[in-house]
Amino acid sequence: MLVQEVGELEASLPAILDAAQRCGLDPFPVHFELVPAAIMHEFGAYGLPARFSHWTYGRAYQQIKTFYDYGLSKIYELVINANPAYAFLVDSNSVLQNKVVVAHVLGHVDFFKHNAYFEHTNRQMVEGASVNAQRIRRYEYVHGSREVEEFLDAVLSIQEHVDDVSRVKPRPPEPQGRRQPAKETAYDDLLYLAAERPPEPVVERAKVPVEPERDLLLFIAEHARGLETWQRDLMHIVRAEQLYFRPQMKTKIMNEGWAAFWHARIMRELELTSHEYVEFSRMHASVLSPSRRQINPYFVGMKMFEDIQARFGMERAMEVREVDSDVSFMRNYLTEELVEELDLYLYRRQGDQWVVVDKDWEHVRDTLVSGLTNFGQPYIAVEDSDFQDNGELLLQHIFEGQELDTPYAQRTLEQVFRLWGRPVCLATQRESMPTVLRFDGQAHTVQERA
Amino acid sequence: MLPVLTLSHNDWSLHRKGPIDLARHNAKVKEAIRGDLPAIVGEEAIITADGDRVVKIPIRSLELPRFRFGQNDQDQVGQGSGGSRPGDPIGQTPGANAPGQGAGAGELPGLDYYEAELTVDEIAALVFEDLGLPFLQPKEKQQLKSEVPRFTEVRRAGPMSNLDKRHTIMENLRRNARAGRPRFGGIANDDLRFRAWEPTVVEENNAVIIAMRDVSGSMGEFQKYITRSFYFWMVRFLRTTYTNVEIVFITHHTEAKEVDEESFFHLGESGGTRVSSAYQLALEIIEQRFNPSFWNVYAFHFSDGDNWGVVDNQRCVELVKTILTHANAFGYGEIQQHSRGSPTTLMSAFEPLSDPHFVRVKIGAKEEVYPALRTFFGPAAGQPASPAALRVS
Repeated sequence: MLVQEVGELEASLPAILDAAQRCGLDPFPVHFELVPAAIMHEFGAYGLPARFSHWTYGRAYQQIKTFYDYGLSKIYELVINANPAYAFLVDSNSVLQNKVVVAHVLGHVDFFKHNAYFEHTNRQMVEGASVNAQRIRRYEYVHGSREVEEFLDAVLSIQEHVDDVSRVKPRPPEPQGRRQPAKETAYDDLLYLAAERPPEPVVERAKVPVEPERDLLLFIAEHARGLETWQRDLMHIVRAEQLYFRPQMKTKIMNEGWAAFWHARIMRELELTSHEYVEFSRMHASVLSPSRRQINPYFVGMKMFEDIQARFGMERAMEVREVDSDVSFMRNYLTEELVEELDLYLYRRQGDQWVVVDKDWEHVRDTLVSGLTNFGQPYIAVEDSDFQDNGELLLQHIFEGQELDTPYAQRTLEQVFRLWGRPVCLATQRESMPTVLRFDGQAHTVQERA
Repeated sequence: MLPVLTLSHNDWSLHRKGPIDLARHNAKVKEAIRGDLPAIVGEEAIITADGDRVVKIPIRSLELPRFRFGQNDQDQVGQGSGGSRPGDPIGQTPGANAPGQGAGAGELPGLDYYEAELTVDEIAALVFEDLGLPFLQPKEKQQLKSEVPRFTEVRRAGPMSNLDKRHTIMENLRRNARAGRPRFGGIANDDLRFRAWEPTVVEENNAVIIAMRDVSGSMGEFQKYITRSFYFWMVRFLRTTYTNVEIVFITHHTEAKEVDEESFFHLGESGGTRVSSAYQLALEIIEQRFNPSFWNVYAFHFSDGDNWGVVDNQRCVELVKTILTHANAFGYGEIQQHSRGSPTTLMSAFEPLSDPHFVRVKIGAKEEVYPALRTFFGPAAGQPASPAALRVS
């Protein structure tokens, strides 16, 4: 962007904000930063600028960059949930494109500010992530980067298994260790001079956790015996960042739909020349283009908010953006008419082709909802931390009809073993039989349980 | 507080976080490939490819595992552009003609490992990383000299690609300082400095490799493939690592003859086997053309070990002993797909021959070509194998 174009964009910011506020949006203050496309790819890969280093981010960066280089996809913006919010714009995009993006970002920031799931997110995460990265760099310096990387590999393998509900629901207090038999003293024999010594009471093992614990990162960080302080800290860092991103994963369709709904509205409020209007329409259409093998969250989300506004009014749309997540949003507001209008369908592999198999709107809705539940990932919970009285970790796959990918589960268990330091087990279902997968540090065993 | 929007445009040109983590990722790719070299070296697709062709190598260890559902072809939601109906095809599945080769890949769906893309040259560089000719000695007369360009000078003129930034900056600082401005900036043409090279003569130890190949009728497809594979990597290794290495190609059945490289790799003949004919020819070539006081001599022979009787085996042993008086090393590879343990193979005849300069390997599978290469050219080759061998030498 030329210097005068940057000036033009900067001068247009108050008008865009004004239009947004007139329509009822209430965002945090936003700081926009113009960056080169390559920097945008990088932020896209890491999710946060100055986040800690890991080779998986390097690969994500390469993939985003390759897609961009081949003209397959393009990142227009990256917005960070913080107060004030940060948003990055690409400096090689036109002024008008960036105006659209600013309007779009205001939609996101309003959503961050008002949606209930974001209420407890860390609004200083940009600084937080940067501090975390510095701490990890320090650990690399002290303990060796290979050591830190391998430990991070293990932690990241189970990073999805955190529990954001735990904040709401307090955990039951943990029993303190096993019940110890009374200490023997030198005078014990005097107590039983006349009578038979009573048998030792049977020591009931107190199970930890009392209730199944879905926050694997937290539980292992707190209960694994062999971990060093820096390792526990790494786990807490990964967990904190994961918890920060969770609400965004939970509201992807709503959030993108809300932002698209608003950038369209705000752009209509601005006075565009016919040339600008054509450019805007072209960009809008490309962002909303449907994809045959997955749903486009911008398109579906925007259409749903438009539908809510048309049927129940703007106030209701505002309320929905406050209280819903994707699962409830889809369940409550994806109607038969919308499924028809958006031409949503179910498809399946048939031979070497993908084929449309079902257009029933309720089937479509339910499949979407079940794919969104827990982000389409299995529920795993810690069942016991002293399994078989041997300090083994027993994980329970909470079975909901779909079996696990066994080779992947076994390789993940290897990573969990690295964290737990003792044999790890996973109770699941395999070929319709209750099965326990176990890894003891050397070998895997698969045992069916009657 | 009223929300405010602000905008800034900074210089990000020194920001390199993504590329740095990508470099670490690529280093992990190479690490993984290094661990998988036996399988890759044995792969036919690579041997037939040009050096700059890109081959895809599946790497499973570069996928962070996680708990996930099995792939059981569940329904997914897609979106048409209006009026789609059940039965409409919407695309080809990626697995239709793709699922990769590679060890163990069968248990996983086609897309679940990372596919590294490397050129054959890059793979070769990994294979040859620490290989070298064993027992290499300086010879009396350095017959062959090679010219290597070395950057030795800094000049005021030259192509931009050879710009010497460090010296250019120093000149700029110097000029500014003279003008009373002690800082960097405003580079003028006068400041530019360029690196210049001059050819430096590097003397290399001469070496000749005599590659012998059994083309008799008993050599099956597998044996031929292994021989070809080994010599492919060997020739490639010698040519990329040494500028002045001569290679003599000999094929034999009952008769031996010297051939050119093309026919050496592609000749398919038949007939009986008399290995001694090849050794005899090798000896003659060494005596006539490669005086050991000037040349490092290496001889290699690959065969299925199915020779023409005990008498010829004994002749071979004697010839190997004679060749070893001239040569730095003699390598013999015997290829048997299903170890028959036949007591009459050439390998068993070589049994009593204990000389650290005589190296033998048995190859029974494609994956054993790489270990064979390492036995002959690896860092341990040329070192006494054991204290016992040390005493013999």
